[in-house]
Amino acid sequence: MVATLDINLKVNGRDYPLKDVWIGESLLYVLRERLGLSGSKNACEQGECGSCSVLLDDTLVCSCLVLAADAEGVEVTTVEGIEGTDMPSQTETATPSSRPVGDDLLAAPGSVPHRHDALHSSYQNPVDTERIEGELLQATPPDMHPVKRAFAAAGAVQCGFCTPGLVMAVTDLLRHNPHPSELDAREAISGNLCRCTGYGRIFAAIRLAEELVQQSPNLRAPSRRAQ
Amino acid sequence: MTATEVMTTTIETGTNRQELTTPTIGANILRPDAVDKTEGRFAFSSDLWAESMLWGKILRSPHPHARIVSIDTTKALNMPGVKAVLTWDDIPGNHFFGLEKKDQPVFAHDVVRYVGEPIAAVAATHPEIARQAAEAIEVSYDPLPAFLDPEEIAPADPTVDSTRRSRRDSEQDIFRHISIRHGNLDVQGEVQVEGSYEVGMQDQAFMGPESGLAIPASDGGVDLYISTQWLHVDRDQIAACLALPPELVRLHLAGVGGAFGAREDITLQIHLCLLALSSGQPVKIVFNRQESFLGHVHRHPARMWYRHHALKDGTLVKVEARIILDGGAYASSSPAVIANAACFAAGPYRVPSAAIDGFAVRTNNPPCGAMRGFGAVQACFGYETQMDKLASALDMDPIELRLKNALRTGDTFVTGQVLQGSIPVAEVIKEAASAPLPPHLLDNPLAMPGGAGRCSDTTKLRRGIGFAVGFKNLLYSEGFDDYSTAKCRLDGDTITVICAAVEVGQGFITLAHQIARDVFDTDKIVFSAGDTNEVGSAGSTSASRQTWMSGGAVQAACNRLRDRLLTMAAEELEVSPHQLYIKNGRIVSSGTSVEIPFEALSVNGPIEEFVEYHHEPTYLLDDNGQGDAHVSFAFAAHKAIVDVDPELGLVRVTHISTAQDVGKVLNPIQLIGQIEGGTMQGVGLATMEELIVENGVVKNPSFTDYLIPTALDAPDIYIASLIEQPEPGAPFGAKGVGEPPAISSVPAVVSAIRQATGAPLTRVPVRPQDIVFSADNKRPTADGVLK
Ligand code: FES
Ligand code: FES
Repeated sequence: MVATLDINLKVNGRDYPLKDVWIGESLLYVLRERLGLSGSKNACEQGECGSCSVLLDDTLVCSCLVLAADAEGVEVTTVEGIEGTDMPSQTETATPSSRPVGDDLLAAPGSVPHRHDALHSSYQNPVDTERIEGELLQATPPDMHPVKRAFAAAGAVQCGFCTPGLVMAVTDLLRHNPHPSELDAREAISGNLCRCTGYGRIFAAIRLAEELVQQSPNLRAPSRRAQ
Repeated sequence: MTATEVMTTTIETGTNRQELTTPTIGANILRPDAVDKTEGRFAFSSDLWAESMLWGKILRSPHPHARIVSIDTTKALNMPGVKAVLTWDDIPGNHFFGLEKKDQPVFAHDVVRYVGEPIAAVAATHPEIARQAAEAIEVSYDPLPAFLDPEEIAPADPTVDSTRRSRRDSEQDIFRHISIRHGNLDVQGEVQVEGSYEVGMQDQAFMGPESGLAIPASDGGVDLYISTQWLHVDRDQIAACLALPPELVRLHLAGVGGAFGAREDITLQIHLCLLALSSGQPVKIVFNRQESFLGHVHRHPARMWYRHHALKDGTLVKVEARIILDGGAYASSSPAVIANAACFAAGPYRVPSAAIDGFAVRTNNPPCGAMRGFGAVQACFGYETQMDKLASALDMDPIELRLKNALRTGDTFVTGQVLQGSIPVAEVIKEAASAPLPPHLLDNPLAMPGGAGRCSDTTKLRRGIGFAVGFKNLLYSEGFDDYSTAKCRLDGDTITVICAAVEVGQGFITLAHQIARDVFDTDKIVFSAGDTNEVGSAGSTSASRQTWMSGGAVQAACNRLRDRLLTMAAEELEVSPHQLYIKNGRIVSSGTSVEIPFEALSVNGPIEEFVEYHHEPTYLLDDNGQGDAHVSFAFAAHKAIVDVDPELGLVRVTHISTAQDVGKVLNPIQLIGQIEGGTMQGVGLATMEELIVENGVVKNPSFTDYLIPTALDAPDIYIASLIEQPEPGAPFGAKGVGEPPAISSVPAVVSAIRQATGAPLTRVPVRPQDIVFSADNKRPTADGVLK
């Protein structure tokens, strides 16, 4: 009734030979249902939410929009593969990430005032969020990947359905742009929908991740943009 | 047991918070599930898998109203890989389910009543086979006239009453009519303002799609792993339809990817269990996003008419209102939603006289039910827009007008209820209103209306500031006893708390850990939602109630176990239990060095305590809408700042400041998460979110077309103040915090757009055409020409 084929995938450094895959199966479906890698989520399966984000070699994609058969011959990195204190490899020859917005908007971080800076002098948050983030960071496992640690410690996880996709997007952002301006960060995750948090704590997680990545010497990836 | 009784059973000891090694209420602890969720290891209901699992698929109606002439499943049944095809005839028990009225069929039988109504379900070895099989089911329909305009049944504006009243059977077509008559109805205000308002159909749009796994059990029953908001009420509805005793239908909580009300009603639960029992194999269903939009209830669209009466000094003397909610095809929780909308229609103000009518009506539109704010959201858009209008009619500062009329403890509400407890309306208004303003416009196109489209003209942008206050009841109302149950067990040195309160992301599990840590001063705490046979109902994760109800139940169960441990230790040590306290997972005797570790007390097996926790009783509203119907209220106010491009009708909400009445802060970072997340859903309703229904068909059931705020749309949210006035009777004095942020954020944003543009904006979401075509009242005709 449905046409099938055999495919070979390489995911998180491991080879997976697969038999009798329906030709229409998305990479997301294969990861979740055939390989048991259910960290990539399926909030829309139509390329609108980013919950299924993975890296194909060095390119961030929505795995729901990639046919599994098309992922042969490339390295797939899923949220399960973002581990330890290492950032995923980044090679000089890798394709630059395809940003929809012109460089002129994203260049010169710092030229645009951070929104919080603008209000800073007069605004006093009744909750000392930075102190809390520091405390919660102590409670996270130190061998966790810094971007993941930042999400857990910043209170950026509520239902958590968007979290793995955001971890992928932010990891990708910081590889290319270690010091994103606030608008860089907003733009980089604008393809990831979150319904629970209102994004405030996610922005906090990105700031924290930026710091944590800087503090881990083996993680500091050069900014491609600066090169 | 009531809250008061629980308090008095606690043994008074010398323990105070300072003595604990890990004081936790009011502090932050890492969410117990944060690491697993971040690593991608946390199992949501869509992540489940079982050996020889089948995939289910549901066939849905394409018509808003039609007679089913025939259903032919032969082709589907004969497809290789298809293991079950089920319709109405295959339901062994009740054919109908529903939260308040059992009026919704498991599968449509003789008629379909909305687009998306389930007609048949299929299980097959591969999701694609299941999809093809569902498509191969041949249904022939005889379309019937559809009732799509709620005002056919009950017009919102009483002045058009006689012309539009329909001949439809009002008993059948009105889920509930609530009529509030309070004070002197003949009184007239020196100043009167009138208006009609409309709220579009908002969707909860949680990220984790409806999904679950049903596994047939050897005892003839079924195990269902499911994301829901209330395990036990699902269980009872499912068991009745399966004709099984409830104990044979075991519901286990699977990871929930957000809920916001949409998981209160049954969606795929019964279909899953039927398919598993009929095929004898585990069955999994995961809705795609379109099915999710069609498969769950939405926020009720509302049409509202208001007339406010005031003295020249701004004192409110009377509010007249008429609110029509389109309930869609089935009742769901419409009767409770309209009660809320009507009760809160006059706002958090002293209103001595009120005539309010609320109707929830049946149409052939998609069914509507619970969503964060539950009736209070629609009403708030109406009364706050009226308050702005009144302020301008009086030439009075809108903040001053609100403060002048703000409810206080001891005031009488429009339902005749005398308000007890903490009612800090004036406080939230003052704090949010005095939040600082951002100094300037950002000059980056990404941060302007139109965002990445880069279409805004900086020279044309206008900035507006708007303000609103809103409120809602906490816990269930009108006599509903939404109790919660909790167990607390000591096994070895580990404390296990079992409570079926559903964690949907809000952080109840964190709170349960905090409470248990506070009582036992140990971090060896395990929390479990159990299954439906293991522990009783905890009630729904809704109505901002779990902190109070299940927090109360967990606290009481922990206190009982603690008392029992102290008593056991006292017997062993031959001292009075009052001399003992708990420190660092041990029982310590004051003034001596004697200590008993927890594990020494459970050497003979686990020790368990159980509590059923009830809130103070409430009462039904009478024929005049009068009665002590609500337990408690929570308030919030928002000040919104927007940038608008008036030529393109594009809006960007740049900042929102808010003050909220929280009773007591239990976990600051989770509290901020609720405030920011709820506020953003209000921003969404104000500016972009609407399920567009034409002829009963949802035109935009995808995230391509149903827009929710992204990181680029998100305003900065400033917590101007958290008002901590402990609520008497509430555990820890804390109020639920999930819903208030989604209420006043909506009118605050619209008020800001109104200030920037001068457009009347009587409808949410505000669409570009509402701004662009408002000033001279031009409307585009079908061929696009303005006239
Ligand atoms: S699931 Fe792939 S983008 Fe939503
Ligand atoms: S969608 Fe629930 S935390 Fe983002």
